Amino acid sequence: MASLNVRAAVVSITFLILVLGMWEMSAQAPEAETAMTEYERLMGGADQESRVPPPSKVIALAWEELSDPFYDAGANDKGIGIQLAYSIYRVLTGYLAAMAIALPIGFLIGMSPLMYKALNPYIQVLRPISPLAWMPLALFIIQDSDASAIFVIFICSIWPMLLNTAFGVANVREDWINVARTHELGPLRTALTVILPAAAPTILTGMRISIGIAWLVIVAAEMLVGGTGIGYYVWNEWNNLDLASVIFSILMIGVVGMVLDLILGRAQRLVEYKE
Amino acid sequence: MTMNSLGNPFDGDQSLIHSKTCECPTCQPGTGASLLMPATEKVQEAKASDAPTDSEAMLDRAIESAVVRSVFGHNDFDRRSFMKMMGAGSAAALLGSVFPMDKAKAAVKESLGKLEKTKLNVGFVPITCATPIIMAHPMGFYERYGLDVTVTKTAGWAVARDKSLAGEYDASHMLTPMPLAMTMGAGSTPEPYIMPAVENINGQAIVLHVDHKDKRDPKDWKGFKFGVPFEYSMHNFLLRYYLAENGVDPDKDVQIRVVPPPEMVANLRAGNLDGYLSPDPFNQRAVWEKVGFIHILTKDIWEGHPCCAFACSQKFATENPNTYGALLRAIIDATQYSQSTENRKEIAEAIAPKNYLNQPVPVIQQVLTGYYADGLGEVQNVPDRIDFDPFPWHSMGVWILTQMKRWGYIEGDVDYKAIAEQVYLAGETGKLMQEMGYSAPSETYKTHTIMGKTFDPAKPEEYARSFAIGRV
Repeated sequence: MASLNVRAAVVSITFLILVLGMWEMSAQAPEAETAMTEYERLMGGADQESRVPPPSKVIALAWEELSDPFYDAGANDKGIGIQLAYSIYRVLTGYLAAMAIALPIGFLIGMSPLMYKALNPYIQVLRPISPLAWMPLALFIIQDSDASAIFVIFICSIWPMLLNTAFGVANVREDWINVARTHELGPLRTALTVILPAAAPTILTGMRISIGIAWLVIVAAEMLVGGTGIGYYVWNEWNNLDLASVIFSILMIGVVGMVLDLILGRAQRLVEYKE
Repeated sequence: MTMNSLGNPFDGDQSLIHSKTCECPTCQPGTGASLLMPATEKVQEAKASDAPTDSEAMLDRAIESAVVRSVFGHNDFDRRSFMKMMGAGSAAALLGSVFPMDKAKAAVKESLGKLEKTKLNVGFVPITCATPIIMAHPMGFYERYGLDVTVTKTAGWAVARDKSLAGEYDASHMLTPMPLAMTMGAGSTPEPYIMPAVENINGQAIVLHVDHKDKRDPKDWKGFKFGVPFEYSMHNFLLRYYLAENGVDPDKDVQIRVVPPPEMVANLRAGNLDGYLSPDPFNQRAVWEKVGFIHILTKDIWEGHPCCAFACSQKFATENPNTYGALLRAIIDATQYSQSTENRKEIAEAIAPKNYLNQPVPVIQQVLTGYYADGLGEVQNVPDRIDFDPFPWHSMGVWILTQMKRWGYIEGDVDYKAIAEQVYLAGETGKLMQEMGYSAPSETYKTHTIMGKTFDPAKPEEYARSFAIGRV
């Protein structure tokens, strides 16, 4: 087993080196001419040929950004650490609000076929709406861009949690509920001691999907409302057509998304059970 | 320079003169002697017993002091001996009987009142048109008027509009047609907006993809896809005007899309756009990125056309008149400072960093100095490629409305003059400019020449209908 891991790591790293190497070679700046005319100087010289920056440039930039992640140079220029913290704060606020609503309602419609039938049409209509379609409406009604971004996270992370909770609760094995009934447990105790543990893995799957979506959405939302956050960072660098920074921020978004997913993956393992 | 203290002018024991060697904090460089934002040391420096403590009282004291000093011909020795002889109370009464002290105080306060709000949010879209709004921040023009302004970078015009309507921005960088459109409710909920100052004049260009170097005649542009930054923009109206004058129908022969400025260069490179009329630095940036060339500067379509604006809601101005006045003064100062070509290099460096435009300094410099590479192999020298002039001509507002009418953005009877005069505060701004020592026109209407055709603001409806290509 260990040797498989080692071999996998070797293959992985070889791939990385190969890809980066090819990228580095293909993205070299052309040789600068020795003496530039005034026109060439105003055109930015050979440096300004359009091309994807080589990995060495991205790594240098990443090093620079990560060595001082919390600098604050005015309202529109903050370190990558501060930007990520803003994004995580927004995602968690929206996500927790969604959780507070999705879990109880999911429980309700999972346990009551009547409520399921009554609410299902609304859920089906609201679920496929793109998060950014909500943005103009949110800005208009809430009148606060930060709260609007949080609202968009809320509205799009609620559905997977809601549906998975309902599904998990509805599919708890009938025998177990019957056993609870023979023990004369009240509905609340049945819900907490029998249904919740039984449905927990499905609920957590929904929560895991939701956090993934929330993290996807935040970048787009922040590009629009701006000011702070990783989405704003990407937009600001895009404004400057600075691809090295854009690539760096894409990597950072990936890393944070992976960490969020890992945390919920761990939580999921905690509630797993074998029948 | 000697500073005048806020000591009681009726007190014979107190000197009002600070000599060149004076070492009190008021006279130390850097602390300044603003009446509205007094340094705390200044208060402590004056005699503790009768020093004015709030800004109202300070203003009163400053006026008394000015009057008393002028009575004594600014001779402090005479004043002190007179006050000692008379006693402060009777001297004040005597002076009050011959000079309307209270009225003088009220009059001064009216124009220099206490700021209702000192922390302000002002939005800007990161383009060189916003130069005065932006540079006023790093170069301290807002501070000069006691304002603590946060300038916030905004993703686009629609967001600037929504954040302004939501009250998140106290004032914002906008496009000159926007406050007109917002006031009339075209493209948004109607909300009375005012535009006391134009930010920049000229400063735009039509850029084409480098592949179209041989298509310099607009008649060859049929089927082209063009980008403009916003529907209600001078960019849209000038591009439509230019195309139509060249016999190309902007609605039928070409496609005009709304594309945010930073995306224009990327879209041009990807071949999604054949060209665009956009704000700088994205025209120069296309040249710098070697994907486009500058076909024509908009100054060659209409020399001196307005472009971007400084605007706020009418509500903000009426609820915070003094703050609004201070903010407008800072903007007028900054705009006048930007006008001077000697300052342009310095400004380019101040606004290029990440916090503001986030662009390479050489690109900004080429835009602001007008010494630039055109992408066709030539170095051009056009010092007024972009210029700055705050005066919001009513006739410019009327012209914009005629174009909105011409292209069907507004319908029915339009009271051109009334709307332009409600939104563009040319009269008030002109007065303020003169008060601040700048020259301002006494008229608010004039004729403009656009591609050789004269626009007479007295006959807007006729003008809107006078074009061969149009939707009226």
